[in-house]
Order: sequence, then C-alpha cells, then structure tokens
Amino acid sequence: MTNDERTTYAYLCIGCPLGCRLEVDEDSHGDIVEIRGSSCRKGDRYAEQEHTDPRRGVTTTVAIDGGLWPRLPVKTSGEIPKDRVLAACEVLRRVRIEAPVEMGDVIVHDLLGTGCDVVATRDMARMT
Amino acid sequence: MIDDRPHVLLPNYDVVVAGGGPAGLGAAVAAREAGAERVLVVDREAEAGGILLQCIHSGFGLHHLGEELTGPEYAQRILENALDDGVDVLTNAYLLDIDNDQNLKLLSADHGVAILDTEATVLAMGARERTRAAIRIPGRRPAGIFTAGAAQRLVNLNGVLPGRRVVILGSGDIGLIMARRLTLEGVEVAGVFELMPHANGLSRNIVQCLHDFDIPLHLSTTVVEIHGRDRIDKVTVAPVDAQMKPVLDKAWDVPCDTLLVSVGLIPENELSRELRLRLDPVTSGPIVSSTMETSRDGVFACGNVVHIHDLVDFVSAEAELAGGHAGRFALGARPPHDNVRLQPGKNVAYCVPHTVTTDQPHTVYMRVRKPLEKSMLRLRDAEGDIVHERRLRYVVPAEMVTLKLRPGVLDGFQGDALQVEVVPR
Ligand SMILES: Cc1cc2nc3c(=O)[nH]c(=O)nc-3n(C[C@H](O)[C@H](O)[C@H](O)COP(=O)(O)OP(=O)(O)OC[C@H]3O[C@@H](n4cnc5c(N)ncnc54)[C@H](O)[C@@H]3O)c2cc1C
Ligand code: SF4
Repeated sequence: MTNDERTTYAYLCIGCPLGCRLEVDEDSHGDIVEIRGSSCRKGDRYAEQEHTDPRRGVTTTVAIDGGLWPRLPVKTSGEIPKDRVLAACEVLRRVRIEAPVEMGDVIVHDLLGTGCDVVATRDMARMT
Repeated sequence: MIDDRPHVLLPNYDVVVAGGGPAGLGAAVAAREAGAERVLVVDREAEAGGILLQCIHSGFGLHHLGEELTGPEYAQRILENALDDGVDVLTNAYLLDIDNDQNLKLLSADHGVAILDTEATVLAMGARERTRAAIRIPGRRPAGIFTAGAAQRLVNLNGVLPGRRVVILGSGDIGLIMARRLTLEGVEVAGVFELMPHANGLSRNIVQCLHDFDIPLHLSTTVVEIHGRDRIDKVTVAPVDAQMKPVLDKAWDVPCDTLLVSVGLIPENELSRELRLRLDPVTSGPIVSSTMETSRDGVFACGNVVHIHDLVDFVSAEAELAGGHAGRFALGARPPHDNVRLQPGKNVAYCVPHTVTTDQPHTVYMRVRKPLEKSMLRLRDAEGDIVHERRLRYVVPAEMVTLKLRPGVLDGFQGDALQVEVVPR
C-alpha cells in the first residue's frame, strides 16, 4: 500500500486541557492505519471512537405547562450517534408536557430508535 | 423544587448564608455538620440552586460526586441534601445589609423587611457577568445585545429565543455552550469572535459546541462596531494586530439580529463593598483567611463571590470549609490567626486564601497569567529562597491551579510571607 491511498482526518482531543491535535489515516477500505499527534493512550482511544462512531449526550429543554417555568430541562439517558443530534432536538421541540414531573421521569421513550430515552433533569411541581 | 408551606423566621440564628447556589447550600450543610443548629439560607430567586439551574448542559460533579451531572441535577441533589440535613431555606429574599453586631437586614416576599440576629454569616452571592460597557464597543445601542448568561436564562428557563441570527463575542465556556444551545433550538449562529489568539474555553466545548455544528471561530478578531436603529442588524468585525489594535482596512460586516457578549464573570461584590470588607483588586472578591473568614469577624465567604471558579466541584469543597468554620464560630470557637501571607509572584494573578498557617493542611487556589507547557510551582521566602516546589504539567489562565499544602511542608518556615510563582522548568 502506498501513502497516496490514505485519507487523513483531523480531530482535537478533548481528554485534557492540552488539546492535542490528532490525525487519523484511513486506507481505501475505510480502515484506520495510523493515529498520530496524541500525547497519551486516552488520545488514541478518543481518535478511534470519534473517527468510527462519534456519539453525544444531548441536553435541551421541552415545553411544560403548569410548572414554575415554561421549559423543563431534559437529557438523553445515554449517548446517541452525533449525526442524529439535530434530528433529536427537532423531535423534542415539538414535545409539550404537563407538570408535575420528577427528576428521572421518562419524557420520550427510545428517541428516534437510538435505544436512548429522554429523561427530566429536575423536579417541576405543579403550581397552584 | 418549591416548598409552598408558609415559612417561619426565627429571631436568631447560628449561621445565616446569603445565596442559595452550590456555595451557599454546601456551606449551610457544613455548618450543620459542625454543630450549628439554626442555619438559614436566603436566596433572592424563587428557588435555590443558583446559576446551576440555567446550566442545563452536562459536566458538573465529576470530582465532587464521582459522576457527571447536568446543572439542574447537581442543584437538586445539593438542595435535597441541605433540606434533609435540617437547613432552612428562604427564597424570594434579598440580603440587604449586615451591621456591626451581626444583625442582618433582609427584604423578603413573605416577611417584608426583617432583621435577624446571627452568630455568623456566610456570603455566597455568586458572580455577575461583565457587561458590554466594560469593553466599550463603538456604535449605536439598539436592542438585541445580551450577555451570554442572560441569554442562557431566557432560553433555558423562560423559553424565549433572543433572536434568529446570532454573533457571539468571546470564546469562554459560557459563550461556547450558548452557541450549541441556540443551534439546537434552531437559531443560526453566524460565528464566535475572540480577541485573543487562543480560545478561552475547554477543548471539549470547542469540539462539541462549535466543530460539531460547523460554527466558525475567528481568533484574534473582535467586534468593532454595532449597527442598527431599533434592533441590531449587523456588526462590523476586524482582525487585531499584535498590540490588540483592530486592523480596520481588513474589517468586514456580519449581518445578525443578536449579539451575545461572553467576556467573563466578576464576583457579586456590592454587599462586600457596602460592608467595607477588604477586597482583592485582582479577584474583586473579599480577602479571606485560611478559614474563609473575611476582614470582618464572623463573616465568611465562599464560591464565586470570592473568586471565579470554573468547576462547581471546587465551589463545593470551598463551601465545606467556609461553612464548617462558620458553624464552629457560631458555637464559640476562635481558631488562631493565620501567620503567613501568600503573595502572587511571577505568572500568578492571585491566590485564595490570602493567608495560611504553617501547622495545618491547606488547599490554595490560584490562576496563572500566561499558559505554560511544563512548569514549576514554587513558594519562596522573603530572601527569595525556595521553601517548597512542585511540578505542574500544563497550565492555562482558564483553569484554576490547586496546591495542596500538607502539614509538614512549611515546617521550620519562620517568615510571615511567601511568594507563589508558576514558572517554566
Ligand atoms: C454558564 C456557566 C456554565 C458553567 N458550566 C460549568 C460546568 O460545565 N461544570 C462546572 O463544574 N461548573 C460550571 N460552571 C461554574 C459553576 O456553575 C459555578 O462556579 C457555581 O455555580 C458557582 O456557585 P456559587 O454558589 O458561588 O454561585 P451561584 O450559583 O451564582 O449562586 C449564587 C446565588 O446567590 C443568590 N444571591 C446573590 N445575591 C444575593 C443577595 N444579596 N441576597 C440573596 N441571595 C443572593 C443568587 O440568586 C444565586 O442563587 C458554569 C458557570 C456558568 C455561569
Ligand atoms: S492525547 Fe492525552 S494529553 Fe493529549 S489532549 Fe488527549 S488526553 Fe490530553
């Protein structure tokens, strides 16, 4: 294999304040052949994960009626594929629920088939 | 969490805490654990929790609780913990004044103006944002200009979007978090502009708040003019030269209806000034001893009201210390006075606490002025001799440096002042 078949992708490591600039070389089959630029093992693992299957936890708010505030903060119960984040937020922008809610209550089951639920991140009592 | 039972005020307290954020709630619990019986937290907002309630993102508690929580989750945990511990919390109440006999004056929605007698007080009023006036951008003053924190509150609590197309000035974490937040709510973020040649936020936020959504970050660039009649309609931005002067012939216009300014926090020190506490000109917060006592006997302080913390975990640790000492003070304990002053030396902007003792363990928090890759933290005596040193890996102004002084480290030190420096090794 020669070098010209490689494609290089750049990432910024988020593992610590050093912020190493990482490079991942991929061959024509889409396999990783080299990871450069890290100062520790954590950086290598991060580059591999970001390159093959980047995931994010999502935090946002949904509309709530009858509580102290008109918005309820929520989060995904786990990390979802990065390219689904905006679609997930679009779904959540149309959700409207009623107070009371308790922290940990499931607001949306299995968001977009990701296997992750959306849960409340605080209590919101019903205002009388 | 809102408690709707009528609130009963006692005529006197052991410890009254001003501010119900993580600092105030943590201090109140520590005061109870130190033996203080009547402990009251007052907060001017409708619910306790402080700034955490609007920080709906994740990233709180990794050090202190061993798991990563969102701001509201962390707030609810510590509030439940405080209530379970017998701390009394009064919301919609503003601390106005403390007189020389430790009488507190409150303005409360439930009780009107109330005077309380207390043995000890803890100041935990947090911080406020630096405003645009502090950086003086020329141009008109149309609507549509917000601090990033005010916009965060609007979006996350009030459910109001500040605009449709936003420019963010300043690359600190609050600005970065808001860039993502607005994007997720369908608002277009035209770009983040940073005067310095490096970003001020964590790399995690650069990646997950900007790169993930292709939001451009312009370093060494600033907003030089604001345009618009009633509402802002564009800003002019320009790169800056090595002296931080804008290069106006390279300026360009960015259409937008909103400008978010995220140029940092400053301790909420109105009350500290009024009480004539001695303030540190660098932090703008009160000068504190190793027990977190201010220049006034029986008045302690912790959290962002003392200096700006980037991690809530450190706030909680500092609150435990302040609250514990306030509780013991209320019960009559008077620890010996500190005998060593800490003075910021080379590349150190400030140290908190400002004084320590030689015979107790202490945690000293400090901020460096310039980033350094491999560095050495040194304590020097008046003659310049090294009393203690420690290697540090990578230091940046945006991240607090902590020094744990174990007992024994200062054994044999006879002087009354130590210079603290962080220099290349
Ligand atoms: C936008 C943003 C993002 C952050 N992100 C993170 C993060 O990801 N991870 C992390 O660990 N940390 C983060 N932090 C830092 C952390 O949240 C703060 O350091 C911490 O909340 C400070 O706690 P505090 O109790 O000192 O102040 P605050 O939380 O500000 O609480 C102060 C309280 O005092 C009350 N008060 C003020 N004056 C009076 C008065 N006169 N009378 C009565 N009450 C009064 C206020 O209403 C408020 O409730 C973030 C901070 C901000 C602003
Ligand atoms: S590679 Fe290691 S040293 Fe570099 S930023 Fe990542 S975690 Fe830090």
